[in-house]
Amino acid sequence: MTPLAAILIRDMRIAVRVGGGALMGVLFFLVVVTLVPFALGPDLALLKRVGPAILWLAALLASLLALDRLFAADHDDGSLDLILMGRAPLEIVVATKGLAHWLTTGLPLVIAAPLIGLFLNLDAPAAGALVLTLLVGTPALTFIGLIGAAIAVTLRRGGLLLAVLVLPLTVPVLIFGVAAANAAVVGPIPFGTPFTILCALTLASLVVGPFAAAAALRQEME
Amino acid sequence: MRLSATDLACRRGGRDVFAGVSFSVASGESLTIRGRNGAGKSSLLRIVAGLVRIAGGHLSVEGGDPELTVGEQAHYLGHLDALKPSLSVEENLRFWSAFLGATAVDFNEPLRAVGLDALADLPAAYLSAGQRRRLSIARLLAVKRPLWLLDEPTSTLDAAAQLQLSAIMQTHLAGGGIILAATHSPLPLDGARELNLDGASAPTVAMEESA
Repeated sequence: MTPLAAILIRDMRIAVRVGGGALMGVLFFLVVVTLVPFALGPDLALLKRVGPAILWLAALLASLLALDRLFAADHDDGSLDLILMGRAPLEIVVATKGLAHWLTTGLPLVIAAPLIGLFLNLDAPAAGALVLTLLVGTPALTFIGLIGAAIAVTLRRGGLLLAVLVLPLTVPVLIFGVAAANAAVVGPIPFGTPFTILCALTLASLVVGPFAAAAALRQEME
Repeated sequence: MRLSATDLACRRGGRDVFAGVSFSVASGESLTIRGRNGAGKSSLLRIVAGLVRIAGGHLSVEGGDPELTVGEQAHYLGHLDALKPSLSVEENLRFWSAFLGATAVDFNEPLRAVGLDALADLPAAYLSAGQRRRLSIARLLAVKRPLWLLDEPTSTLDAAAQLQLSAIMQTHLAGGGIILAATHSPLPLDGARELNLDGASAPTVAMEESA
């Protein structure tokens, strides 16, 4: 087994065991979305119009939920020292940890979204478009979040700082994610325009996130 | 293989911890780092491991793999055990072996050497402090690296486990390894040399032989 496969398997295993955060994200997502119809009332037209935005906001918050422990847990038990000493490049290790985190918290959100969309009166084409935008957009949320998780690694209560640091950076992803989902439902712009920009944002964050997070981790260790 | 340090200085949090530390250890030799609390014993090990930036001086390895840094040829056993409570004893060891690039597949042997083979399937959360320490030591046996950096290796170990550890360290030295150990209690190693970090702001470096 290569070092990177070992990291991926270990992180996913920890996430799905007792005390891991894998199910918490998707349960939080479910709870937040369920509260919206109670708050707005049973106006089906209104729910349908705000549905994609609500689902995207809930997915954004849910994907940040377990992120603060991503590096902090490894720092607190000494694993981070050994990871920094390892022969695998830190940037790639960080990206692998991001991938493991997305597979255990981001991907369940994407899978649960069409089901939860029923609460918000989303029909099949809208749900399909939404799933596609979440599938492309949630990796960007995780990989931008890596930067905040790395900066907050030595701080107690790092989760609050993480949210303050990361949420503003996710604004472009949110704008184009919701725009693409809405475009598929109501128009007038074609789905492809905002969706292509969303893809570009994700690709950029996949590159920038690991490098920035690795630089932050190296700085923290001094 | 020979690890040499000349005039090493360490600065942490804006404070000079030590300066002018020199030593040289060759294959089969061990160096015990002594000093009061805060003298920089752990910092010196972390410098060698590459986890703390060198503030001054020079650190070099002769005869190792030229492609690798000093830290990449070393095992670091710090204060923390680097174990995940939700993974079993064997899963923890298997992960570190794979991450550190082990070729050996048999995990029973290192676990048996530290007396944990009967607990291989137990989650690490249920281990005592001494057992956690022994599991960390098993990592040094599962992956072959020439340089061992041990920070208070005998803390939390009982008398029997300390004897086990000294046998493990003797075997490592006999196989051409190098051990740097920061410790308060003298290690039961034959021919261990001592480096004392005690002193004023610029510590004097004593390299006396202790039998």
